[in-house]
Amino acid sequence: MKKPELLVTPQTVAHIQDLLEAGADAFVIGEQKFGLRLAGEFTVGQVEEATKLIHAAGKKVYVAVNALFHNDRLDDLELYLKEMQRIGVDALLFGDPAVVVAVRELGITIPLHWNPETIATNWFQVNYWGQRGSKRAVLARELSLDEVLEIKENAKTEIEVQVHGMTCMFQSKRSLLGNYFLYRDQVMEVENRKENKNMFLHDKERKNKYPIYEDVNGTHIFSPNDMCIIDELGELFEAGIDSLKFDGILHSYEYIVKVTGLYRQAIDAYFDQGEEAYEDIKDDLLAQIEEIQPALRPLDTGFIFKETVY
Amino acid sequence: MLQLIQNEKIREIKDGRRVIVKKPELLAPAGSLEKLKIAVHYGADAVFIGGQEFGLRSNADNFTIEEMREGVEFAKKYGAVVYVTTNIFAHNENMDGLEEYLEAIEGAGVTGIIVADPLIIETCRRVAPKLEIHLSTQQSLSNWKAVKYWKEEGLHRVVLAREVGAEEMRKMKEEVDIEIEAFVHGAMCIAYSGRCVLSNHMTARDSNRGGCCQSCRWDYDLYENKDGEEVPLFEEGDAPFAMSPKDLKLIESIPHMIELGIDSLKVEGRMKSIHYVATVISVYRKVIDAYCADPEHFQIKKEWLEELSRCAIRATASSFFESEPTYKQQMFGFHASKPKWDFAGLVLDYDAETQMVTLEQRNYFKPGDTVEFFGPDIETFQMVVEQIWDEEGNELDVARHPLQIIKFKVDQPLHAYNMMRKENKK
Repeated sequence: MKKPELLVTPQTVAHIQDLLEAGADAFVIGEQKFGLRLAGEFTVGQVEEATKLIHAAGKKVYVAVNALFHNDRLDDLELYLKEMQRIGVDALLFGDPAVVVAVRELGITIPLHWNPETIATNWFQVNYWGQRGSKRAVLARELSLDEVLEIKENAKTEIEVQVHGMTCMFQSKRSLLGNYFLYRDQVMEVENRKENKNMFLHDKERKNKYPIYEDVNGTHIFSPNDMCIIDELGELFEAGIDSLKFDGILHSYEYIVKVTGLYRQAIDAYFDQGEEAYEDIKDDLLAQIEEIQPALRPLDTGFIFKETVY
Repeated sequence: MLQLIQNEKIREIKDGRRVIVKKPELLAPAGSLEKLKIAVHYGADAVFIGGQEFGLRSNADNFTIEEMREGVEFAKKYGAVVYVTTNIFAHNENMDGLEEYLEAIEGAGVTGIIVADPLIIETCRRVAPKLEIHLSTQQSLSNWKAVKYWKEEGLHRVVLAREVGAEEMRKMKEEVDIEIEAFVHGAMCIAYSGRCVLSNHMTARDSNRGGCCQSCRWDYDLYENKDGEEVPLFEEGDAPFAMSPKDLKLIESIPHMIELGIDSLKVEGRMKSIHYVATVISVYRKVIDAYCADPEHFQIKKEWLEELSRCAIRATASSFFESEPTYKQQMFGFHASKPKWDFAGLVLDYDAETQMVTLEQRNYFKPGDTVEFFGPDIETFQMVVEQIWDEEGNELDVARHPLQIIKFKVDQPLHAYNMMRKENKK
């Protein structure tokens, strides 16, 4: 059996070095002008630097161009894609079909990963984008384990599944935080994502806290819990899911390194020593995450064991 | 203000006057067969309806295939067409029954489907090739290159994301030869449609399969986490954090949209009443017709705006069409209010000789009430109700039963499907 890739989200180039040591196989980087909800901002120069570092370690680097583009960013998108081609990154994450068109027109040869988040919900779509150049589909986080497994069985491309971290629930083009402060006659401090200044919405009825921030793409709101299935990976391993993603957005530098290392242990135990070895350590791995988990971010298993109705 | 640029491509000289010959389609919501008939009668060129499956309003009284067929036949008499929304993002389990469903829709004479999921696009092409395929706003289509993508995929029409502005639309029309549909009136998603799963996370109801519970309309408190301490970013008595958008109203931008060459102007609201549909559609019908007949001398009439406001329950705004919306286009500390006028009766018949109207009661009214009649074939007028009778000729003190047949005298001629409304004094 093939080991799944462990995909993580670094904050800086220096962070990549630490995450390589912690056992990451692949990295998602980019900048907010083209990519959505990244753990860190990487200029083109930093993407180049990061790519050298990652390739020297024999690992993969993926660049996010998964924004919903408006006309005004299309020209810059083309320049950016050409730069990525020059740098030689390993994949481009996309959600907007404009990227498919631009890649065709420019003769870009970097593989595409289809990552539209919420709408990647069935295997037909996975194969549809596969026929249009996508080498991998990143599945919606709102799917159950059974749905994930059925997609994998029927997919003709690689499948990536998030196993840990926050989920974006909402993106508006509007400046909802700024508007709220302006309405109340204040001016929002633009840098609202500073380490000690994370904002959240409190939902009194559900007693939930939803992280919220703004950037050039608008306003983003996140799930109240971090999903964590470090102790439930068996069936995903067995099904041959190609990539397991830990989205570290809004978490600390150290937390991302530590959790990456724990997932590394889980994968290695299963594939190097066998299922039993994984079964033996999984509860301890979970306990280690619980120990460092921020109080504001309870853990759950996302939609893996939850059904939605409609 | 945006500058209105005359579009020569849509003009022709007719009877010595320069008129606009390319009129956009006026597209109305129809949550039921009755609403469909009203929408068409009040001037819609097309209606969109939901079927029993694969659509996004699981709470609406959606159409059976038989009702679709009846709706299509009715619309045809007015030269209007019917589209069916099949715009869920399917999960694996939703794939069953899709082929039969699309074949049945095609068989019912429907003109096209509004769709988001490539599964449904491709399946439709294979099993129901006569149906036009319109890309749903659920795909959040925001740039001309993505429009080009869907054109190359053979789609007939695209519905734009609600976040697209006038100049962006102009560029799309210039770059790609495809029909463009844009929203002009109604409730709005505040998120990019399709990219919001608040409902899934908060209530385990799948927003992208019709389960949206409108969590975006709830109130929240905003805090910041300062070194682990939760600091409120509001003060006692402040309006809570809200992301409720004002409803869209582009009545005054219609000339602009016509000049841009937008092909279809869409009114939202399959859950809304027949009174709402009739009021909104009749006003937009008048605006489109008046502008196209004589663009040089066109002016928005105050009475049209007043008419529109009669069925409004929320404040309205122009959203993204003119410029990026600010806080003024949102509502804080607001929850639904009542419309200024209530729908009180639907005209079934009018006897010109006796001047007696027969109408179906839709809300409480009584002798002495001031009421207003409106319809596509009459000038709106007000009057005071005098004596009223039931179907058997018994005089009544009050029309109190919903759907009860009521008769009374009205001096001015009325026609079937005209409506009566009553001022809401509460």
